[in-house]
Amino acid sequence: MSLINSAPEMVLTSTVDQVLNWTRKSSLWYMLFGLACCAIEMMHTGGPRADLDRFGMAPRATPRVSDLMIIAGTLTLKMALRTRVLYEQMPDPKYVVSMGSCSNCGGLFQYAYSVCDGVDKVIPVDVYVPGCPPRPEALTEGLIMLQKKIMQEKWITRSSDTPRLGGPVGERA
Amino acid sequence: MDSTGIHAALRGRFDTAVGELAPGPFEASIEVDASVIEAVCTFLRDEEGLEFANLSNLSGADYPELERIQAVYSLFSYKQRHSITLRVNADRAAPVIPTVEAVWPAANWLEREIFDLLGVEFSGHCDLRRILLPEDWVGYPLRKDYEEQPDYHGISTVRESLLTMKRD
Ligand code: SF4
Repeated sequence: MSLINSAPEMVLTSTVDQVLNWTRKSSLWYMLFGLACCAIEMMHTGGPRADLDRFGMAPRATPRVSDLMIIAGTLTLKMALRTRVLYEQMPDPKYVVSMGSCSNCGGLFQYAYSVCDGVDKVIPVDVYVPGCPPRPEALTEGLIMLQKKIMQEKWITRSSDTPRLGGPVGERA
Repeated sequence: MDSTGIHAALRGRFDTAVGELAPGPFEASIEVDASVIEAVCTFLRDEEGLEFANLSNLSGADYPELERIQAVYSLFSYKQRHSITLRVNADRAAPVIPTVEAVWPAANWLEREIFDLLGVEFSGHCDLRRILLPEDWVGYPLRKDYEEQPDYHGISTVRESLLTMKRD
């Protein structure tokens, strides 16, 4: 007689993928990284009203312990190179949320000579949050979408065929 | 002191190296020869009754049709509550203007900004590097004939025009 049949109320069954994904999505530590006005809304989102802490999200001061990078603001070409370095310093698995029109497509500065029109030209993006700036609710929704995306990941099968992460920029599925 | 008085004081000291007083919509300006700009600024700062302790702004403008790049000095005196604008012309092909960093330390970064965006060399400046753009940037973006590079370190700067973009 199996354990499940003898004590059903004490045992949860799950898949390894699900447990891994659940732990990952429940402790998304994000890097404190603000580039322009959107960063103010990001701070609001981390503050008591929108309260990212309830998702297990906490701001980190360095990319080396962060799981998530929220690109909050206008990405200049000068900063784009540095953003790539920061992204490469983050340990896998890592996620990127592009917050606001500026980091999605350059926003209202997209024709400026110094602005990179879209952070996805530099690093892969998981979720795009539209708005200028997106309200804390919008960013929270984007982060919940990211959590949903994380829950769908298949690590065990993925690792046997093509490695999902660590490939060159832009090749990430 | 009003701008006529300031101009008269400058004329008395520097003669024709200081140009006519040009009225403007907000503030009168005086054209000054590049060779005497540091002396003029020191005079304006130290002379009793003028006492321009503050360089509130130093910006630049490009005039391709006049073959010149102009630096514009906005001065203000807290003590006398008056202000004046100086203009210094430089040859567009090889613009050089002596620095006024020794007069107002604030000029350091402002001159670097003009160097960065318009390519004016401020002779005697202690640290003339780009201040806003990356050090390896090509060209001076605020010049009217600036041509953008097609990419920056592999990041394409070719942008789709919203006017020609097709919706599907
Ligand atoms: S999207 Fe709007 S609010 Fe956000 S950084 Fe750009 S201009 Fe600022």
